[in-house]
Amino acid sequence: MMRIACPNCGLRDEREFAYGGEAHIDRPELDCDDQAWEEYLFLRANPKGEHAERWVHVHGCGVWFNLIRHTETHEVVAVYVMGVARP
Amino acid sequence: MSRYSAFALLRNWLGGNTDWDPVWRSPEPASSYDVIIIGAGGHGLATAYHLAKHYRPGRIAVIDKGWLGGGNTGRNTTIVRSDYFYKESADFYDHSLRLYASLSQELNFNIMYSARGILNLAHSRHEVDFQRRIVNAMQLNGIDAELLGREEVLKFCPVLNGDPNARFPIYGAMRQKRGGTVRHDAVAWGYARAADALGVDILQNTEVTGFRRDISGGVQGVETSKGFIGATKVGIATAGHSSVVAQMAGFRLPVASYGLQAFVSEPVKPVLHTVIGSAVIGSYCSQSDKGGIVCGGGIDPYPSFAQRGSAATMEKVLAGIVQLVPTFSSLRLLRQWAGIVDYTADSSPIIDRSPVPGIYLNVGWGGGGFKAIPAGGEAFAHLIAKDEPHPLTTAFGLQRFRDGALIDEAAAAGIEH
Amino acid sequence: MTGYRLSHGGGRIDRGQSIDFSFNGKRYAGLAGDTLASALLANGVQLVGRSFKLHRPRGIMGVGCEETNALVQLEHGLSSIPNVQATMIALEEGLVAQSINAWPSLTWDIAGVNDRLRGLFSAGFYYKTFMWPDWHWFEWLIRRAAGLGKVPVVPDPQRYEARHVECDLLVIGGGRRGLAAAAQAARDGKSVLLVDLDQGLPSLEGVRTFEKTAALGVWDHGFVLAASEGRVLHRIRAEQIILATGKQERGIAFANNDLPGIMLAGAIGRYVADYAVAPGRSGIFFVNNDLGWRSAIEAAQCGVGVRAIVDARPQVLPELADRARAHGIDLFFSSLVRSAHGRGRVTGVTIEKPDGLSRLACDFVGVSGGWNPASQLWTMAGGQTKFNERSQSFQPDGLVANVEWAGPEPIEAEPIWTVHGGDEKTMFVDFQTDVTVADIKLAARENYRSVEHLKRYTVLGMGVDQGKLSSVPGAMILAETIGAEPGTLSASKVRPPFVPTAFGLIGADLRGERFRPRRYLPAHEWHVREGAVFEDIGWERPAAYPVGGEDIQAAAEREAAAVRSGVGLLDGSPLGKILVAGPEAAAFLDRVYVGTPSTLKPGRIRYGLVLNENGTILDDGVYARLQDGSFLLSPSSAFADRMVRLLEDLLQCEWPMDVVVQDVTEQYAVWTVAGPNARNVLEALQPSFDLSSERFPHLSVREGQLDGSEVRIQRVSFSGELSYEIQVPAGQAVQMGDALMAAGKPYGLVPYGIEALEILRIEKGYIHVGTDTDSETQPGDIGFGGAIAKKQSDFLGRRALTRRSSLSPYRKQLVGLTSLCGGILPVGGHVRAPSGQSGGFVTSSQFSPVLGRGVALGLVEQGQRRLGEIVEIVSLGRSWQARISETVAYDREGGRLDI
Repeated sequence: MMRIACPNCGLRDEREFAYGGEAHIDRPELDCDDQAWEEYLFLRANPKGEHAERWVHVHGCGVWFNLIRHTETHEVVAVYVMGVARP
Repeated sequence: MSRYSAFALLRNWLGGNTDWDPVWRSPEPASSYDVIIIGAGGHGLATAYHLAKHYRPGRIAVIDKGWLGGGNTGRNTTIVRSDYFYKESADFYDHSLRLYASLSQELNFNIMYSARGILNLAHSRHEVDFQRRIVNAMQLNGIDAELLGREEVLKFCPVLNGDPNARFPIYGAMRQKRGGTVRHDAVAWGYARAADALGVDILQNTEVTGFRRDISGGVQGVETSKGFIGATKVGIATAGHSSVVAQMAGFRLPVASYGLQAFVSEPVKPVLHTVIGSAVIGSYCSQSDKGGIVCGGGIDPYPSFAQRGSAATMEKVLAGIVQLVPTFSSLRLLRQWAGIVDYTADSSPIIDRSPVPGIYLNVGWGGGGFKAIPAGGEAFAHLIAKDEPHPLTTAFGLQRFRDGALIDEAAAAGIEH
Repeated sequence: MTGYRLSHGGGRIDRGQSIDFSFNGKRYAGLAGDTLASALLANGVQLVGRSFKLHRPRGIMGVGCEETNALVQLEHGLSSIPNVQATMIALEEGLVAQSINAWPSLTWDIAGVNDRLRGLFSAGFYYKTFMWPDWHWFEWLIRRAAGLGKVPVVPDPQRYEARHVECDLLVIGGGRRGLAAAAQAARDGKSVLLVDLDQGLPSLEGVRTFEKTAALGVWDHGFVLAASEGRVLHRIRAEQIILATGKQERGIAFANNDLPGIMLAGAIGRYVADYAVAPGRSGIFFVNNDLGWRSAIEAAQCGVGVRAIVDARPQVLPELADRARAHGIDLFFSSLVRSAHGRGRVTGVTIEKPDGLSRLACDFVGVSGGWNPASQLWTMAGGQTKFNERSQSFQPDGLVANVEWAGPEPIEAEPIWTVHGGDEKTMFVDFQTDVTVADIKLAARENYRSVEHLKRYTVLGMGVDQGKLSSVPGAMILAETIGAEPGTLSASKVRPPFVPTAFGLIGADLRGERFRPRRYLPAHEWHVREGAVFEDIGWERPAAYPVGGEDIQAAAEREAAAVRSGVGLLDGSPLGKILVAGPEAAAFLDRVYVGTPSTLKPGRIRYGLVLNENGTILDDGVYARLQDGSFLLSPSSAFADRMVRLLEDLLQCEWPMDVVVQDVTEQYAVWTVAGPNARNVLEALQPSFDLSSERFPHLSVREGQLDGSEVRIQRVSFSGELSYEIQVPAGQAVQMGDALMAAGKPYGLVPYGIEALEILRIEKGYIHVGTDTDSETQPGDIGFGGAIAKKQSDFLGRRALTRRSSLSPYRKQLVGLTSLCGGILPVGGHVRAPSGQSGGFVTSSQFSPVLGRGVALGLVEQGQRRLGEIVEIVSLGRSWQARISETVAYDREGGRLDI
């Protein structure tokens, strides 16, 4: 049971949040080719290690934010607001 | 290889059990092989067995960073079934179930296929309608399936919560009679023993750390913790760690890895004679031959490579078991564990050539790889040997993600077993 | 000494308070403070159970959660709990316990014959046989023989609860080190929680203490689940955790080391000191470490007859030897107990001394094969261990975030795991599961050489005690057998929970209705009053309002007919209500919907689809433009929550536009008045606006008063009739319902439920996403291809619609299906293609009272090009002929909407 620091509300229990997929995946333009759309939709880094990902404080303030989490130890390395580049 | 039989057991009883051969060798790696399979789980070992038995491509090795059968093959809830909706899945998984039915004889190793039936409960009229859709699809695909009414369900499995005012009252269930359980370790060990007897080198505790490729990009072999091992064909069958291995080879996969937990209670006298589950509740269970109630549910809600699992999921799955069978409330949990499963967007596997020439993929099984081991091994062996997909797995390629031709079984399966 | 109760000592017992209990039908007396185990020992009961596989007689070995033999079925009023360790049961007046796994009785157990066949039942024997003709021929027999206790037949009467606890420091283990750490932290001003399995801990200032509490495991970020008295689940969140879990003793494998009367030396010490119980009259201690001596000497001091100490080591501290001799104990150095003798209980041992073998009579044996750190929670937290030569044990090593190991110093011990020379098939390593040295050697011979293979092949450590006693000796014996350095192996991985824990306790927060709380409509009581039959479809919704003994189907047909001919009233409150407002609201919604909300005029409403990025239909529903910069979306009830989340996701992460989203779904109730007389009903309630079609046409929205209440009315229809959806504040739901019923009386207004709504929508070909669409369905498949072609800009999922599979001519498409015989087609029936395979399926089907025949919708391969074609529909062995038709079966021109 992790604890995650919501940028608005501070440290809260994992149960208040929902995971929202890998962060920093750019949505291609409508005229992109099938490969670009495939990469956008399906291809993921899925690392064993530090992973930049999106979370939402769904049972809380509702904010979406990014965090870097180690997928093996579940250590949260960084939390940063949406729209900011990966630190 | 000493042959297993009741007679051999009797002979050894009198002889003090000294006459049993090693089930497999512990060879040192050769400098090169014709085919290397990464991952000595069920799929990797079954692939090596089929390669050695039917295609004889030369020297074959199965490499694993740990002990054979130590990953998801030895961590799942042992359920086998073929209650799939789409024809592509139905044909493949039913072939697998049929192979399981005769696998003990094939491998001369008792894998304890127990066709005790699988009961998927429906808790509303809409769910019954939905199950009818699946049952009819299965029947048209030539797979046994039945729709049971409420009374039939409770008669078949009296421990279920029969209270009509329960939070999730039982309206009916779909049943696949040939579904059931298989002793999971025995599958890995049986295939390992049979493959070893055919000359396959199983290299345990040998971790792959990278790939070596030639100028044209084709694979030349793998770097390992025990040095470089050459090979012109390399198969990846590493389940939850598929993306980690793919990254070493320089490509990404359409998968995400999650922890999938399983639970077993203390052993009790037989009380549950079938596999029961509910998609709405999100839990399922069966009773092992040793007497423990083996339980499972959905994946943990975020990616993980920790074989540990979230406590919140544990609470939810076990509370769900109590919804299914109220008397299990006083039953005590003995052990909880988790495996790492790699899910694709449509919960269907990828058995295909990779973007790197000479590297082949048998990945993306999600929580459903165990039931697919015999057919997965057969199909993957075919792919590696012939460099073209097995007829049963043509739909399970990478191209479907580009074309959008997903085979989305999540809707049909409810929860993954 | 009376019986086996010593006349002195016994820190835990109250000699003044006798407690009656029953074991295997026989009545005994114990004392307050006893455990069931200590009370049985005090009564001289040594035989308490039978082992799992061989059904060998077994006695109490330990004193706490490491106990492996003494499992009982605990009868508690109506309930009956299997496999409880007698050492963990506090004695209570009237307690009833039974042995398990023995038939017909504990002393005369038929399956005891298994022991004679033990060479046949070697490790993993079942993998080697039972293959011919089929496993099924044997499985039932194996199953019947396996298992320990019985699952109770009545519901669990225990009332479990869950609590949340937060602290700066959690100390697990109330021994010397734990108490010291807790006291120090409290002095430093930290909030401290101390948990311990035991009771009677000293109270420390500033320290909360939970006694009889088992920490079950350590999860991420300082999260610990703990169970108090098997009844309360504590969810503990600690900034820091100190593991002061102490140490656990282990045995030594010698022949017949499982005879009742053979116990852990430390357990004997505890029984003597805490419960004043002697395990027998005359005993022998077999040890390889100093703590074993201390147990023996303490027992002797308290008056227990200790005949000899047998130590594998050549010498011992003079102080210990002197004290032992002072109690008249014979000492044997460099000596081993080779085997134990006795039938049903130990009566003597054979000692292997440097000068040969000799036999000693005794009625109990204390064994101490060294000590392991109780590192289970450490490894569960992700900690590593390292082999320690001196103590022959795996000690916690390295670091774990938030967790500190505060275990005892390793106890020096001689490496002695097995005593050779006896029958290895009776040298038990895991007692409960009957794993012997012979089994481990067989596994090694067959090359099951990792501890994980060993565990799985032999079932070593798989018992209820989870290998607390057996997993280290098992690994060491394996190492010895294969000639491996012990440090290269480790004990097999430990898994939560630390002690067996009831499913009901772990799921304490989610019992019964709380597993998934029901959602009730604001006007729930109103529906009850009107005689509704409810169905849970995410919300508790009226399925129908049967009258005069009608079943749901009959009621639904009557209600649907009433809507078509007169007027009906439906509670549509679960319908999503999402306000989207801001200067860029229209532009934002253009990117969300398949349609183009920006072209909608204020006051008007349009139907739209929402896709996911894979092009699949997520939801359908209407949206209203309230003002230029504000929209009200009405996603379907099942999708409302997800729609809010999707919009927030897009606004916060993808398109940061000047828009706000507000979910007001539960703030308003919705009453739908539908039918040719709908306008008349509303007119009777003094609307503040003109209801005529000219001023308030189909697909428009008005705000004002109705019956004196503030309302918002959307003129939309999911029934194909003139229809008004009246939104009122949830608190006024009942009042408005009553007003509408009264106003509708002259027009024969009836309340109708979702089953009638099903009939009405299927007659009209209105889809229900998720029922009439599946994970493949795209807009073109339900006839929305044209809308997309007209739109220029991007929207969710648009790019996916031009991939190869989206353009395939073989897609399943929504059509109507009409049974040729006029009957009702089965929902879930499939269209049988000429190939014999499925060519689609029936998604919705009902009997239409207004048409007097069945109506159905389905997804059929290339359906839209096959209108008029006759197909065969099959379901569960039956077959129907049906014609592929337009989706709309009733009022195709839609004239009834515009009256």
